[in-house]
Amino acid sequence: MQFSFLSFITQIAVLIVALAAVHRPLGAYLARVADGDRHLRFERWIYKATGVSPDSSQTWKAYARSMVALSVAGVILLYVAQRVQPLLSGGQVAGVDPWVAMNTAISFITNTNWQAYTPESTVGFVIQMAFLAVQNFASAAIGVAVVFALIRGFARKGTDSLGNFWVDMTRLTFRVLLPLAAIAAAVLIVAGIVQNFWPTSVANPLTGVSQTIPGGPVASQEAIKILGTNGGGYFNANSAHPFENPNAFTNIFEVFLLLMIPFSLPYTFGRIVGSKKQGYTILTVMGALWLITESLMAWAIAAWPSLGEGLEQRFGPAASGIFATATTLTSTGAVNAAHDSLPPLAGGMAMFDMMLGEVAPGGVGSGLYGMLVLAIVAVFLGGLMVGRTPEYLGKKIQARHMTLAALYLLVTPVLVITLTGAAVLIPSVVGDAPSQGPHQFSELLYAFTSAANNNGSAFAGLSASDPIISSLINVAMWLGRVLPMLLVLALAGCFAQQEPIPPSPGTLPTYGPLFAGLLGTVAVLFTALNYFPALALGPIAEGTLR
Amino acid sequence: MSAYFRQFGTAYRFLAVATILLGVLYPLFMFGVGQAVASRQANGSIEQLNGQPAASMLIVQAVPEKDSRFFFPRPSAVKWDPTTSGASNLGPSDPALAKAESDARTAIAAREGVAESAVPLDAVTASASGLDPDISPAYAELQVPRVAKATGLSTAQVEQLVADATNNPVLSLLGQPAVNTTKLNLAVAALLR
Repeated sequence: MQFSFLSFITQIAVLIVALAAVHRPLGAYLARVADGDRHLRFERWIYKATGVSPDSSQTWKAYARSMVALSVAGVILLYVAQRVQPLLSGGQVAGVDPWVAMNTAISFITNTNWQAYTPESTVGFVIQMAFLAVQNFASAAIGVAVVFALIRGFARKGTDSLGNFWVDMTRLTFRVLLPLAAIAAAVLIVAGIVQNFWPTSVANPLTGVSQTIPGGPVASQEAIKILGTNGGGYFNANSAHPFENPNAFTNIFEVFLLLMIPFSLPYTFGRIVGSKKQGYTILTVMGALWLITESLMAWAIAAWPSLGEGLEQRFGPAASGIFATATTLTSTGAVNAAHDSLPPLAGGMAMFDMMLGEVAPGGVGSGLYGMLVLAIVAVFLGGLMVGRTPEYLGKKIQARHMTLAALYLLVTPVLVITLTGAAVLIPSVVGDAPSQGPHQFSELLYAFTSAANNNGSAFAGLSASDPIISSLINVAMWLGRVLPMLLVLALAGCFAQQEPIPPSPGTLPTYGPLFAGLLGTVAVLFTALNYFPALALGPIAEGTLR
Repeated sequence: MSAYFRQFGTAYRFLAVATILLGVLYPLFMFGVGQAVASRQANGSIEQLNGQPAASMLIVQAVPEKDSRFFFPRPSAVKWDPTTSGASNLGPSDPALAKAESDARTAIAAREGVAESAVPLDAVTASASGLDPDISPAYAELQVPRVAKATGLSTAQVEQLVADATNNPVLSLLGQPAVNTTKLNLAVAALLR
C-alpha cells in the first residue's frame, strides 16, 4: 500500500471544515446545558425517580462524593452482571472469568474501554447493550460534568457551590449525548452498520463456502462509543471490523464524531467565563497540537517501506494514520488498524499522543480540564519568567493551586513509568511473550500509557488476560481516572471561593498567540521530559536500529 | 459516612433509570429505525444467489484454495471466519512477519504465473479485522487472466466485473482504491450458474 498525501490533505481539510462549522453551535448548546435553570418535564421525572433535589447545590467535596459513588456503583454492577451472564442471557453465554470481568468493569467505568475480553465469544447482546453501552454514556457524561464544575469554579466567586452532579449527569446524558448518538447511529445504519439481534447463515453454492454473519445492536453502540470517546468495540477488531466501520465515509464520520464534543467545549468554556477569546486560545492550542501530531504521524507512516500488515484496504495508510492520531489524542482508543503492526515511529507517535495527557482535544470533558490545568502551570511559569503575579481569569494562582496542578500532572506519568517498570521485572510477563527486544518493551509501555490515560487502544500482541498484568492495568485505569478528577474538583473548589482581582498592567494576558505558544510549549515539554527515556528504549530504538 | 451511603442509593437508582432508557429503549428504537429506513444494511448487507442468502457484501468470503475460478482475498489472521475478528499483531520488525510475507509472495507468484516483484503488498499482508473483503486494483488485475481462463469468460468481461466491484472515486479519495472480492466473486458466480 502507498501513503497518499492527496487523501491525507483532503481528509484533514474535510475534518477542519466540519469541526469549524459545528463547534460554535454545539459549544453554545453545552453552555446552556451547564448554565440553564429550567428543568425539562422528563428530567423532573428522573429526579423524582432517583431521589435528587435538582435545585440543591453541592460543594466540591459533595460533588466528588457523588462522582466516586456513581463510579464505584458502576464497577460493582458491571462486575456482577458479567459474572451472572448465564442468567441474563438465558443460558446462552457463559459467565465471564473473574479477572477479565473486573478488568472490563473498571475499564468501562473509567472511559478507558481497554478490552481484555474477546467480545464475540465472551459477551452477549444483553451485556453489550444494557451494561457496557450504558457506561459509554455515563463515563462520557462524568468527564463533561467534572469540567463543568471546573469552569464554574473560574466563573463564580465567593461561593462553595459548584452545581449539582446529578443534574449535570442527567442533562448531559439526555439532552446532549442521547440525541447526538441517535442521529449518529441512524447515519451509521444507512451507511452500512448492522442493527439487529440475530446472526445470519449464508452459503455460496458455487464455492461451497458457508458462513455465519454476526448480528447485534452494533450501530447504537458504535455511535456512543465514538461520540463519548470511549472506544470499546462491539467486535474484537473494533473500528477495523467491516460492521463497525464499513467504508471510507463511515471512517471519516467516526473521526469527526470523536473530535466533535472535545473541540466544542473550549467555546463552552469561553462563553461561561465571559471571555470568548480565552476559549479560542485554548481551542487554537488544541487544534495546533492535533495538526502537528497528525502530520508527524503521516510522516512516520509514509517513510516506512512495507505498509499493509494490520491495515484495511478500504481505509489505507493515510486514513488509518488520521484515525490513530485522533483516537490517541482523545481518550477514545478505538482503532481502525492494528496499532501493534504500525511502523515503529508511528506506534511511538500514538504513544506520544496519549502521553501528552490527551489534551488535544482530549476525551470529552477530560481533554479540556487537562488543558486548563496546563494553562494554570503555563500562567505560573510565565509569571516567574517576567516577574508578574500569576493569575488566570482573574483568579490569583497560589501555592495550593500549584500543588494541586503539579499533583495532577504527576499522577499519570508516575503510574505509567512505575507500572511499566514493575511489569518488565516480572519473569512471567517478559519470559514467554511472543515479541522480543525493543518491541516487547513498546508493547508494555503502550499498555500502561493507554490504561493510565484511560485511552484503551493497545499493542494487542501483549497478552493482557494474565492476572498480574490485568491487575496492574486495573490500578493504572482506576487511579489514572479518579485521582486527576478529584484534584480538578479540589481546584474548582478553591477557585469558586476566591474573589476575582481586576486585571492590572501587571497581568499576563492569557489569550492571544503569545500565551497560546507558551501553553503549547508547556504541554510538549512536560511530555518530553517525563517520557523521552521510555520512548527511547521502545519505539525510537526499534525505529532506528533497523 | 451516611452521606456516602445516600449517594450510593442515588447512584444505583440513576443506573437503573439509565439502563432502561439507554440500555434497552435506545437500542430498540434504533433497531426500529434501522428496519424501517435501511433494513438491508441493518441486517448485514446480505446478497442472494439463486434465491438463497449467499454472502454479506461487507465481509470477506474465503475461496477454497484449489478453486481458480474466483478472486482470492487478502490473508487473514482469523482464517476468514466472521464469528471472530482480529489481526496478527506482529510487530513491524518481527521476523515472523517478514517470513509470512515472503512465503505468501512466493505462493501467489507461482499461482498467478508472475514475478514475485509483481505481487502487491496487500496480497501478502493480513488486515486488522481479518474480515477485509477488499483488495487493491493491482492485486485484482493480477488475478484477471487466471479467472478468465478458469471460467471461460473473456478478459474484457472479467475486467468489467472488477470495475463494477471497485469503490467509487469519493471513497477512493477518503480511503484508497479497493476492489470488493465478495461482491466480485458473487458477480462471477452469477455468470457461471
